[in-house]
Amino acid sequence: MSVLVFVENNQGSFKKKTYELINYAAEVAKRTGVDTTALVLGQADDAALAALGNYGAVKVLHDSNAAFNNFGTRAFSKAVIAAAQKTGAKVIITNYDVEGKSIAGYVAAALKAGLVSGAVDYPVTEGGFTVKKTVFSGKAFANITITSDIKVVSLVPNTFPVQKTDATATVEAFDTGVSTNNITVKEVNKVTGAVPLGEAELVVSGGRGLKGPENWGIVEDLANALGAALACSRPVADAHWRPHHEHVGQTGGTIRPNLYVACGISGAIQHLAGVNSSKCIVVINKDPEAPFFKAADYGVVGDVFEILPKLTEAVKKFKAGHA
Amino acid sequence: MKYLSYICTAFGNYIIYKKINEMKILVCIAQAPDTTSKIAFTDNNTRFNEAGVTYIINPYDEWYALVRALELKEAGTAGEVHLITVGNAGSEAIMRKALALGGDQAYRINTESTDTYLVAEQIAAFAKDKGYDLILTGKESIDYNNGSIGASIAAALDTEYVGFATKLDVSGNTATVTREIEGGEETDTVNTPVVISCQKGMAEARIPNMRGIMAARTKPLNVIEPTGTAALTQIASYELLPPKSGVKLFEADQMDALVEALHKDAKVI
Ligand SMILES: Cc1cc2nc3c(=O)[nH]c(=O)nc-3n(C[C@H](O)[C@H](O)[C@H](O)COP(=O)(O)OP(=O)(O)OC[C@H]3O[C@@H](n4cnc5c(N)ncnc54)[C@H](O)[C@@H]3O)c2cc1C
Ligand SMILES: Nc1ncnc2c1ncn2[C@@H]1O[C@H](COP(=O)(O)O)[C@@H](O)[C@H]1O
Repeated sequence: MSVLVFVENNQGSFKKKTYELINYAAEVAKRTGVDTTALVLGQADDAALAALGNYGAVKVLHDSNAAFNNFGTRAFSKAVIAAAQKTGAKVIITNYDVEGKSIAGYVAAALKAGLVSGAVDYPVTEGGFTVKKTVFSGKAFANITITSDIKVVSLVPNTFPVQKTDATATVEAFDTGVSTNNITVKEVNKVTGAVPLGEAELVVSGGRGLKGPENWGIVEDLANALGAALACSRPVADAHWRPHHEHVGQTGGTIRPNLYVACGISGAIQHLAGVNSSKCIVVINKDPEAPFFKAADYGVVGDVFEILPKLTEAVKKFKAGHA
Repeated sequence: MKYLSYICTAFGNYIIYKKINEMKILVCIAQAPDTTSKIAFTDNNTRFNEAGVTYIINPYDEWYALVRALELKEAGTAGEVHLITVGNAGSEAIMRKALALGGDQAYRINTESTDTYLVAEQIAAFAKDKGYDLILTGKESIDYNNGSIGASIAAALDTEYVGFATKLDVSGNTATVTREIEGGEETDTVNTPVVISCQKGMAEARIPNMRGIMAARTKPLNVIEPTGTAALTQIASYELLPPKSGVKLFEADQMDALVEALHKDAKVI
């Protein structure tokens, strides 16, 4: 028996959120008195796989079949199911991200397992298996008890800090029995250079208070100084001042960075829904009555055109002093 | 309806065969509290307080899944667009609205929508023998934010699933889907039948017109009794977010102090 964690593989390398996820799985395993097995699909070398032990995986099952060269929910989920059956896993863990949510939903239904999608804490295992997750678009939490024998949990990335040790994992080649993938990739378009919004720890976001796309230079300057990703409010994306993938909120992306700096955004409830799980919120708005201040940790009442350059200077000075 | 034309040459004559392609789409519609609803709980924090809450069609289901299905129908790519919800009688109002937007048939599975497994199993049991080419869901419900029911439906039907799609086209039995990936988008092809979850980019929101509203009055809203599937999760309790301790304000000339606070107190930079 073990806890099974699905490890997203980016051509043999792994992301920080994946290390965090393995940490999480290892802690869940510890609490339930079992080991952690990680499943890696697609090409990866053994050294990189063994190093997943640094984050708490005891064993790594690896299937390098070419069917896993691109993501397909069904192929990946069937592989997870095969690994769960092999290891007798009672708890299966994925990230609460594009691939993880898809796999978690598929595997849960296939194994008749209860699912908590979007966990923000460790399961409480006294007298059951109860996991906390955000509901109502970040406005509340629900503690959900899974009553089935097998449990599937997806973890919201950036919930816990990553912990690393010197331990290594044993790596085992594992034939999942999956050799076809129904999905054919035609085209991939990645925003190059920039920090992807969904993974960013720091985000600088602009709203209608910026007045027009030509003024985004001051927002970008702050983002560059911080090493932050860019986001925007919905009207800004709707007016094509900024690309749609930067739109956050109820109808756009949901993010949970460590720092969210909102510039010239009023803080409408639909906007907050996408960002209010951020660990720290800084609001810059010239209207002291702007609703965003109620959701903020730090605020500056003032004109973005004056404040942003000053804040950028202060950040640069700080970075220079801490380099 | 779509006419697929196969042009064959035989003895120097062109014979045109027309094949009627009755592509059928099922759109999964969830009811959700209006985005501005006050979120509060009752019964010792075990139940969502519905007092004063207005319900809407979950925005992703309406704006993206349903409207895209209707566009495919209008373009002649799809035949009928069916709508399904798992919910009690309270969810009929949103189904009327969905019909007013242009759905052909609506089905309500008469049981409380309490858990991903239960809802997915009900929808799959309904869809199993109906021959839907596409089953569309929204990317997530705005109350439970799971983003997983579509994948669960696909598992129950043993079909493929594509999550978080921003574009969708269908030609013959091939769907071309653009979907979100980390830091960008990927365009894939996949054979139908397939389950797809839809988000921003798919289509533009519509408002029902008078003709649609009138037509919806007489369109069938079929009620189906649930299968015996039981939920695999239970809500033990709800908690509201701990209130922010209050915003700490800085003046325009205190930006160094703000940066220091972000470093020392908030520890985010
Ligand atoms: C169903 C539904 C879903 C929605 N989904 C989303 C969503 O996903 N995301 C989203 O963002 N919105 C969403 N909205 C829209 C939302 O209600 C707000 O209209 C929107 O967030 C407002 O954007 P904004 O703050 O940029 O603009 P505004 O509300 O116009 O606010 C601009 C702010 O900038 C300030 N300002 C102006 N000039 C300056 C200056 N020089 N310096 C400093 N501050 C200045 C103003 O005081 C004001 O507070 C949704 C609405 C609905 C009904
Ligand atoms: N009770 C329901 N009835 C029909 N469809 C639903 C129901 N709940 C959720 N869905 C669909 O599943 C999608 C994802 O929901 P969820 O996985 O709960 O976030 C929604 O956008 C709907 O399309």
